[in-house]
Amino acid sequence: MATEANHVREIRALIAAHKRWDHLFAIVGLLAMLVGVVTLLALILDMFLDGYHRLTPEFFTSFPSRRAAQAGILSAWVGSSLVMLVTMLAAVPLGIAAGIYLEEYARRNWLTDLIEINVTNLAGVPSIVYGLLALGLFVYALDFGQSILSAGLTLALLILPVVIVATREAIRAIPGAIREGAYALGATKWQTVRDHVLPYSTGGILTGVIIGLARAIGETAPIITIGALTFIAFLPPSPVKSEFPFVSLDWLFAPFTVMPIQMFNWISRPQSAFHENAAAAGLVLIVMTLAMNAIAIIIRYRYRKRIKW
Amino acid sequence: MNPRSAPSRFAYQARRHIAERLIQALLFVSAFSAVAVTIAIVVILIYESLGFFAHVSLWDFLTDTEWTPLFSIKRYGILPLVAGTLVTTAVGLLVAVPLGTITAIYLSEFAPHRVRETIKPMLEMLGGVPTVVYGYFALLLVTPLLQKIYPDLPGFNMLSAGIVIGIMIIPYVSSLSEDAMRAVPMQIREGSYAMGATRFQTAVFVVTPAAVSGIVAAYILGISRAVGETMIVAIAAGQQPNLTWNPAEPAATITAYIVQVALGDLPHGSLEYQSIFAAGLVLMLMTLFFNIIGHVMRRRYREVY
Repeated sequence: MATEANHVREIRALIAAHKRWDHLFAIVGLLAMLVGVVTLLALILDMFLDGYHRLTPEFFTSFPSRRAAQAGILSAWVGSSLVMLVTMLAAVPLGIAAGIYLEEYARRNWLTDLIEINVTNLAGVPSIVYGLLALGLFVYALDFGQSILSAGLTLALLILPVVIVATREAIRAIPGAIREGAYALGATKWQTVRDHVLPYSTGGILTGVIIGLARAIGETAPIITIGALTFIAFLPPSPVKSEFPFVSLDWLFAPFTVMPIQMFNWISRPQSAFHENAAAAGLVLIVMTLAMNAIAIIIRYRYRKRIKW
Repeated sequence: MNPRSAPSRFAYQARRHIAERLIQALLFVSAFSAVAVTIAIVVILIYESLGFFAHVSLWDFLTDTEWTPLFSIKRYGILPLVAGTLVTTAVGLLVAVPLGTITAIYLSEFAPHRVRETIKPMLEMLGGVPTVVYGYFALLLVTPLLQKIYPDLPGFNMLSAGIVIGIMIIPYVSSLSEDAMRAVPMQIREGSYAMGATRFQTAVFVVTPAAVSGIVAAYILGISRAVGETMIVAIAAGQQPNLTWNPAEPAATITAYIVQVALGDLPHGSLEYQSIFAAGLVLMLMTLFFNIIGHVMRRRYREVY
């Protein structure tokens, strides 16, 4: 009898010990997870404390300057906006078209496999290698120079895999019955895609495009490689003219700087006054990228909820 | 039926057919652009590197222990840059692998649904922070903090750069590992519980081994991100090529060297200009190597169930 009670006690002790492990791991896991989240918050808080007092309206309307207190990000945010415009115009049609081809048209053969392997691999190529590609191809071989056009196209290539993968996933989620309905009414393949598949997958594609652009806006290395300047005290020529034909493409070939490069330039200086500018620029940058990511998450969530097949 | 309608209908059909073909061709060209980009990368890296290796012997490049292309006495040994890259990557992995793996196990096996849905997007935002911002963080917050613990640490060092790289790649490791663990069928867990195993035992001794190749693929993606990371090391690690394995020292990585040279105004076609392509080729080969291993791992893991 005594030994039996001992056994029960031992087993209970064992169970209790095992349960302690469960609780212990739950705590360790929670802590490990919080390291990332806390770091993110610390990062934002640190930059906010260093830089918030520089975030005046003048900061957005002034050119960079030798005097830290008067320097601003005007040329940087104008440059970033124009580069993003080129990136979007190049990457969105190309990426969506590639996604449509791979999902709706491609037969399974070696050529499709080759394209798919390349899309996967391009997603893993370091961004600075795209910069080297652009330096050799856009800047020198095609002679676009160290311009907004070169930068925009470089970032477009960089985010192309993101757009392609998002498009494919969005298209794959649409049930075959929708396509069959269109075919049954005599629609051709392209009509089916254009009028039925694409409109329904807009949400998913948009998510991918926004995430891609959020990444492109923060990319520094490939833009440095193609030779963006770090000190620009003028704006590119305006895209709108007063005389016919009212639009001008001169800005495409203008020298430029972008937000991350302006920030890098300020970090690289020894004076702490410039570090405050860097913090302020970083704050603007991080608010933009995180806001874009948040919008993408919200869109994904909304579309998933609303559409029921 | 109107006799004229039949031919015009055929014409309409033919036009429609041609338009369809045209659009298909256009879509194919777009998809093929991915292959074209890869070819362009390879051609440009190799073409410019050939120019470089016409002046520098491959043997010197691979064995010389000094990299001083910007000094008056030029030495072209890639080893210091490779060492810098490997050390920062190793530090990054020492941070990201334990934290990322434990986070993945917690999110997949322990966390309540609510926690997972709120925390996972927040973790993914870590991967969305611009790397130049991480560079600021490493240089102006992490390094001073480390200097409080270890006062001899220089202002530029690989340790803080590596730690911040590790934090940046946590979401890559945790997200993919979690996907792999969630793909483990429920029956396997139920079998383990039926044998009297606890949640911890099931997670660590049953689910993790079952998902191991997916988890390893996640690590390899992390490695390849860390190897190619540029701005954090260019800002926080210093930019002097230095053949050392000590993370507390400043050093340059392959990517930091490319940035350093590109910032100066170098003449097109010069040896310095070509040297960044040779360095880029080495970087490309390193990441390609890891990507291929990752690909093999993922394929193997798909065959398990």
